[in-house]
Order: sequence, then C-alpha cells, then structure tokens
Amino acid sequence: MNSQTKKPLLEVQDLKVEIKTKVGSFVPVNGHSFSVHEGETIGIVGESGSGKSMTASALMRLLPKHVAKITEGSVRLDGKELLTLSEKQMRKVRGAEISMILQDPQTSLNPAFTVGSQIKEALRLHAPGPRRSLRSRAIDALKAVKVAAPEQRIDAYPGELSGGMRQRVVGAIAISCRPKVIIADEPTTSLDVTVQAQYLRLLRELQEETGMAILFITHDFGIVASLCHRVLVMYAGRIVESGPVGKIFANPAHPYTEALIATVPSLSGNQGRLRTIPGQPPSPAEKIVGCPFAPRCDYADARCRSEAPPTVLANGDSEHTTSCWRAVNQ
Amino acid sequence: MAELSTPSRFSLRRLRNLPLVPIIILLVVFIIPAFFAQWIAPHDPYVPNLRARLQPPVFFGGTWEYPLGTDRLGRDILSRILHGAWYVMAVSMIGIFVGVVVGTTLGLIAGYVRGRFDSLVMRLVDISLALPAMLLALALAAALGASFLSVVIVVGFALWAYFARQVRAEVLLLRDSDFVARSLVAGSSHARILFRHILPNVVNTIVVLATLQVGIAIMLDASLSFLGIGIPRPTPAWGLLVSDGRDFIATDWWIAFFPGLAIMLTVLSVNMIGDWLRDALDPRLKQF
Repeated sequence: MNSQTKKPLLEVQDLKVEIKTKVGSFVPVNGHSFSVHEGETIGIVGESGSGKSMTASALMRLLPKHVAKITEGSVRLDGKELLTLSEKQMRKVRGAEISMILQDPQTSLNPAFTVGSQIKEALRLHAPGPRRSLRSRAIDALKAVKVAAPEQRIDAYPGELSGGMRQRVVGAIAISCRPKVIIADEPTTSLDVTVQAQYLRLLRELQEETGMAILFITHDFGIVASLCHRVLVMYAGRIVESGPVGKIFANPAHPYTEALIATVPSLSGNQGRLRTIPGQPPSPAEKIVGCPFAPRCDYADARCRSEAPPTVLANGDSEHTTSCWRAVNQ
Repeated sequence: MAELSTPSRFSLRRLRNLPLVPIIILLVVFIIPAFFAQWIAPHDPYVPNLRARLQPPVFFGGTWEYPLGTDRLGRDILSRILHGAWYVMAVSMIGIFVGVVVGTTLGLIAGYVRGRFDSLVMRLVDISLALPAMLLALALAAALGASFLSVVIVVGFALWAYFARQVRAEVLLLRDSDFVARSLVAGSSHARILFRHILPNVVNTIVVLATLQVGIAIMLDASLSFLGIGIPRPTPAWGLLVSDGRDFIATDWWIAFFPGLAIMLTVLSVNMIGDWLRDALDPRLKQF
C-alpha cells in the first residue's frame, strides 16, 4: 500500500510520557513521532519494557493516573488534537474513533455478562438505538469477525467460548463502532499458532473492508513481516528505527533491529541453537548516557557510549530512519 | 454446525445438593413462625394465666395444653417462641441490610478510587472491628434508650466492616482486570465500570457473606436481649425468653431451654445453608 497517497489518520509528534515513582522518574516513551495512514498497518516491535504498551495507553489517554503523565507532544486523530480533550470528550472518542484490542482474551471479557451484552454496551455508548436493532447490530459485529452461529453465540457467556473465539469477540467489540484506528496490543500472544494465523488474516480482511488503520504491538518479527506495512522498532523508550517492512528486513540499519531479525527462527536449514541478544535492556530507572543499546551492541565504540545518536535517514532513504551513529557515519 | 451447549450458570445441577435438613428446620423453627405465629400459636403470648404457672413440658409431667410448658406468669412458652421469631427475623434482616448497604458501598468506592479515601475507610473498618459490639450497644442503649432502632443500628454497625473489607479486596483485583480496561477502551465512564462491571462480580460474595452473617446477627440480637439492652419487654424476643428463665434454670429449666434451643437450631441451620451457598456460588467454580 502506498502511504503517500492516503491521508494520515493518526499523527503523533514528539510524544513523551513520564513516570514518577518513589525511586525516581523515568521516561518510558521518549519523543515518539510517527504517523499512521488510512488502511495501513504499523508494527511496533520491541522487547518487554521497551515502552510499547505505554505508547498505546498514552494514545488512548488511559495511562495510570497519578503515576504516569504525558509531558510533551501532540496526538492528532484525523486532524483532531486528543491530548487537550476533556475526559468526557475523550470518552466519546474512545471506542468510537480509536479502539483497542487487549492482549489476553481470557480476561478481557467480563465473566458475569453474556457476549452480546458486552458488544451492545459498546454500541450503546456511542450509537444508541432500540433494543432489537442493537441486538442485530451486535450479531452483525460477530458476523464481521467470522464467529460461527452468531445468533446463538451472542447469548453465550465468555466462559463457554474458546480462547480464539473470545479474542474474536473482543475484536468484534473493538470494531463495532467502526473506529478509524485500532490499537492491537499483542492480541495473539495467548493464542496458539494456527488460531493466531486465522486471527491475523481476519484483521487484514477487516482492514480491507473498512480502511481502518492498525497499530500492531508485538515482539514477534514474524508477525510483523506477514501483516504490517511499516515498522517502528522500539528500544528503551525510544524509536530506534522506522521504515517500510521490506526495507527493514532487507537492510536493517540499527544493530538492535538486525539482532531482532536474527532471532526469528527460520524453517529451512539446520539452525543449531536459537539466536538470542546477549545482555538485558537497561532498567527504566537507569540514567542512560549515549546510545541505550550500546552495552549490548557488537559495533559500539567510545562515541556510542558517551553521546546519544541523532535520528537520521538510513541509506539515504526518505522513508527509512534510524538513530545510530553507524548510519550517521555512512 | 455442531450444536451449541449453553449451560446456564444457574443450572439445576447446582441445586441438587440442597441442604434439606437445615432448610426444613429453618422453615419450621424460624420462617413459618415469623410470618404465621398469629395463626399457629395455641395461646396469646402476652396474657398471663396465673393458674397455669410453671407448667412443665408435655413429656415431663405437663399436658398438651402447654407443649413446651409455661413461664412464671403462666404464659405458653411455645406461643412466645413462635411470636418471638418475627422480631428476631426483623432485627437480623434489617440489621444485615444496613450492614450490606453501608459496607458494600464504602468497599466498592474504596477499592476503586484507592488513595486517601481507601485508607480512611480501612481505618474505620479496623476501628469498627476492634470495638466490641456490646460496648456500642450499651452506649446506644444509654443514650437513646433500648429500642428496635438501636438494636438494628448495633447489628448494622457490627457487620458493615466485614462487607466493606471483603468487597474492597475483590474490587482491588477486579479493577485491574482486563475487562475493565477493555470497557474503558470502549469509552465507559468510571461509574459505569463500577456498577455495571464490578458490582455484578462481587454480588455472589455479598450474598454468601450476608447469609453467614445471619447467624451472627441472631446471636448478637439474642445477647443484647439477654442483657436487657435489646428490644424492650414484653416483646418475646428469644434472648429475653432465655433471660426470663435464668433464675429458674435449676428448677424450671424449660423456660430458658426451649428459646435457647430455637436460637441454636436457627443459627446452626442458617450457617449450614450459608456454607452450602458458598460452595454453590463459588466464583472459582463459576467463571470458567
């Protein structure tokens, strides 16, 4: 998909989130800038603790109160600034214009209510209507996510459905009000591989039908390769590389990306041991001098350890950026 | 299309192990008398009959006229127990209702908003659990005079903390659950989350706890009456009946024995039903 011809739906500029705790403050989201276009899927990749989910919560304005705060930046959804909206206005946006699929389908449905009543809740909040039409719209939402026999399933309790089925229901709730942007926070990590593939195919089909933009958070580069158009690679609260999937896979500019791609096991050939990235990501409370990846990087030199690298174009490509001294030196 | 099995959460299977014996005892000793004492009691519970003073129960030298004997004013013990059931029920039910409403509301809000309000409520819970209910009852009786209202207040006060503590603990878990996050993501308000998503998930706990508290409420009411700071005479509250027989326990034991037996049977069967209910509504069995 050509991203230039479509209008940007979500534009994030210099987004910064700060967390204050008793042991000090740290910045899990440090100056993110990116945009997502209509019909586009962006993958956000990184290890645990790299700030992926914090970014998602910040975009939904659902950061844990009193602890985390957006200190800088702007988030524009279809031209509308989200960060200055009141909580009440934001509630109207959530679910209706920007929605989210959470990680664990086991727990993201309320066990005390039927599937139907939870889909209808989302509909009622944003597009109220008479009882009967709500029910038929809820059935339509289940049909859209390819749940078999939706007329019966709508009266089932979450406990009566399988994990894959439940995640479809969560998807149905997320898309029921036709949002422009969906954030999927590792929606397939708790599903087994075959169900995972089905679910990803479903997401892609839904996107083709509705033209919604998807922000897909994952740590699995394999999923990124099959689903996403562009990738943001995150490390220690920073976007260290971004660009089209094909180019990043063919020519990773940041050593972290390179290492991540190398950890994806391939099916051909004798692998021997699975590859890992040695070392640990820096603890969020650590004061970072220089490049955050330097301690684990094979190419790091003195400058990497003392000075933070700027974000520059990789290989002179205007779609592909990275923040690494090696790219600067090229 | 494979047929869908839709096991309802309140299936008959769950009702199969109904504790029949406690239910029957409770009906006979407590519930039926509470509502129908007027029609089933053989005598007026208040009118003395000095010619029939201190009659023993039927198999201990008495007659069928007074099956459980009479007290020192010649009033029929059976009739007094039957009539007393209504007061015991009213006090325990209303008292528990007060405790449930106060405790659940505070527990829900404390667990959800946390922070200072939570600390405040939890300290109140600590204080309330540390303060003996009897002491409060004495103070209230001294200040307001012993009345139906003061007994209800004491029972409510003695019980609310248990509900607040339990509900808060569950809300703390539930508020961080993904379905709450999912509902927030869909645009729900906090009030909606609290009452539509969290409250239904703690109802089972409240029901079980309330049932188990009925026994405590009845015992408390009986103790208050026994000490003379409960519902005032001549109401035949069960604790008062026991208290009436205290001075005669060596000679005319039936005056205190049968009301005491009624209290014991009622509390025992309520507790057994509560235990059964706890197993039947166990959220761990329910959810998945």
